[in-house]
Amino acid sequence: MPSHRMPSEADIISTVEFNHTGELLATGDKGGRVVIFQREPESKNAPHSQGEYDVYSTFQSHEPEFDYLKSLEIEEKINKIKWLPQQNAAHSLLSTNDKTIKLWKITERDKRPEGYNLKDEEGKLKDLSTVTSLQVPVLKPMDLMVEVSPRRIFANGHTYHINSISVNSDCETYMSADDLRINLWHLAVTDRSFNIVDIKPANMEDLTEVITASEFHPHHCNLFVYSSSKGSLRLCDMRAAALCDKHSKLFEEPEDPSSRSFFSEIISSVSDVKFSHSGRYMLTRDYLTVKVWDLNMEARPIETYQVHDYLRSKLCSLYENDCIFDKFECAWNGSDSVIMTGAYNNFFRMFDRNSKRDVTLEASRESSKPRAVLKPRRVCIGGKRRRDDISVDSLDFAKKILHTAWHPAENIIAIAATNNLYIFQDKVNSDMH
Amino acid sequence: MFARGLKRKCVDQEEDGEDALAGFGTVPSYSLQRQSLLDMSLVKLQLCHMLVEPNLCRSVLIANTVRQIQEEMTRDGMGRGAAPQSTGRAPLDRLVSTEILCRTVRGPEAGCPVPDLGDSPLQGTPPELCIVNSAEVPRSPQSSLWEMDSPRENRGSFQKSLDQIFETLEHKSPSSMEELFSDMDSSYYDLDTVLTGMMTGAKPGLCDGLESFAAAAPAPGSSCKSDLAELDHVVEILVET
Repeated sequence: MPSHRMPSEADIISTVEFNHTGELLATGDKGGRVVIFQREPESKNAPHSQGEYDVYSTFQSHEPEFDYLKSLEIEEKINKIKWLPQQNAAHSLLSTNDKTIKLWKITERDKRPEGYNLKDEEGKLKDLSTVTSLQVPVLKPMDLMVEVSPRRIFANGHTYHINSISVNSDCETYMSADDLRINLWHLAVTDRSFNIVDIKPANMEDLTEVITASEFHPHHCNLFVYSSSKGSLRLCDMRAAALCDKHSKLFEEPEDPSSRSFFSEIISSVSDVKFSHSGRYMLTRDYLTVKVWDLNMEARPIETYQVHDYLRSKLCSLYENDCIFDKFECAWNGSDSVIMTGAYNNFFRMFDRNSKRDVTLEASRESSKPRAVLKPRRVCIGGKRRRDDISVDSLDFAKKILHTAWHPAENIIAIAATNNLYIFQDKVNSDMH
Repeated sequence: MFARGLKRKCVDQEEDGEDALAGFGTVPSYSLQRQSLLDMSLVKLQLCHMLVEPNLCRSVLIANTVRQIQEEMTRDGMGRGAAPQSTGRAPLDRLVSTEILCRTVRGPEAGCPVPDLGDSPLQGTPPELCIVNSAEVPRSPQSSLWEMDSPRENRGSFQKSLDQIFETLEHKSPSSMEELFSDMDSSYYDLDTVLTGMMTGAKPGLCDGLESFAAAAPAPGSSCKSDLAELDHVVEILVET
């Protein structure tokens, strides 16, 4: 492996997240930067800029660090960003790399005080002998300035790599999960956290399962779910016990013995779990499928959608080139009727739960001009091939869409394609076919 | 990524009679491929020693895969394993046929599964071949351990790999790490004490404790916070700091 970074590697987007109103969209990248986009209000004067997103603020969230005890680098890559619900004029978000979570406050300044007594306009001290009367400084309007400041740094809470953070509906606590443990923090307290899940075995040689994702229930502040590398989901109730090692519910689909292979476990590993907005369902992503689970039914998912089943016969190659370990995320739309996830070749997929129709779309500059309608794509596995179909063997596995986000209320989606961010808006109800 | 346009190679069939399938001479035997997958997995575990801490999830999944393969090899009694051993390591460019290895793990029947390409969606196209760069695979004498018949030795070196990986993730110098975390560990108990108001016994629900913990905090959405912040700001301006 080359010792230097490729020029644009730091720009690779590693997380995307809308805030609770959808007005702001935050992205984190491999270089530890956070870029926040703001939706321009729709104005009659400029009808063409209908609620488009422009850059609002950019800041360096995390820096690379070196763990001297282990002689290992700690990457500055932003793994997750989660917005806090807005409580005043300022916006706040949590951003995390592998080890440290930070609370950032974003404020706007559009007024500036003028008319100081002791300083002149440039800030230099006045000659006091020239001051004959006192004046009260006046706030004058100025160009909008967005200021970002780190308010809290939650460090030293994790021995292993943080994969998820989730803000509780109580708006006062949040959890952070690494491979083996989940901690509960109070947003105002940085020097201590409460361990609520610990699956580390006494003997590390016995380790066979890790935590892959976790999330708080959107409404019940005592409930959270975490997923594992063996494909199971555990719903935990913090009221039942302080250390939630015993799950309240275990969601696991029994394995189909006829389709078992050496790769079965790897492809069953859950890479993302998301509660529906209603709080009634969970959405999981494993390597080849997305599944919808009903919280009331632990035995199996209620819906399973094939994302790219044509890869099933290629698993060995994908194991060899490590693609089989790619962690794709998944997302619900605002009404929980459509689910979305990314795939390879800059494709992303949407599944309509009601009509059972699905579509494959591509995020690329060639196929997306501003205000152009996205054309559905198709992957063919042999046999008849239509003109614009892509054959499985032509898929570019370096172009992976791991991170996607859906506006909380409207049909606006944000797609991270390596170091490019695509924002698609739906002006007219689109057909799924 | 995928090897395309690779011509079929005529394989020497002497090492394994099962390979002598009419018209499918290029497909290595199941046990050969399984061995290759095992080797590939062990190499992947070794390559985990990079500058950045290895991905634990990936390591665990690979380790589990290795265990599965070895368990199956043990179940098979390695009776078939004699063949690859006698001719040494198979050339890597005949490494893996995806089609075979992605099939079901073999049951108790002894026969090697006949690759039924008639059903394959890739019918009419050359089988996919995974090419492992020969430079990646260690050719040191140690690697011959992995090729040996005995599952015990396989397990020994595998265990060693696992140990190495998990060791880097564990404390290298336990005593100092203990000290580093001792403050935090004990603070867990302190927090617990504070929250529950009890020293021992069953721990009550967390939310109750948190409610009391956060009692002093102002209610969300109150205008107090923003007023205070603005007041601070105004005072700052007035005292011209």
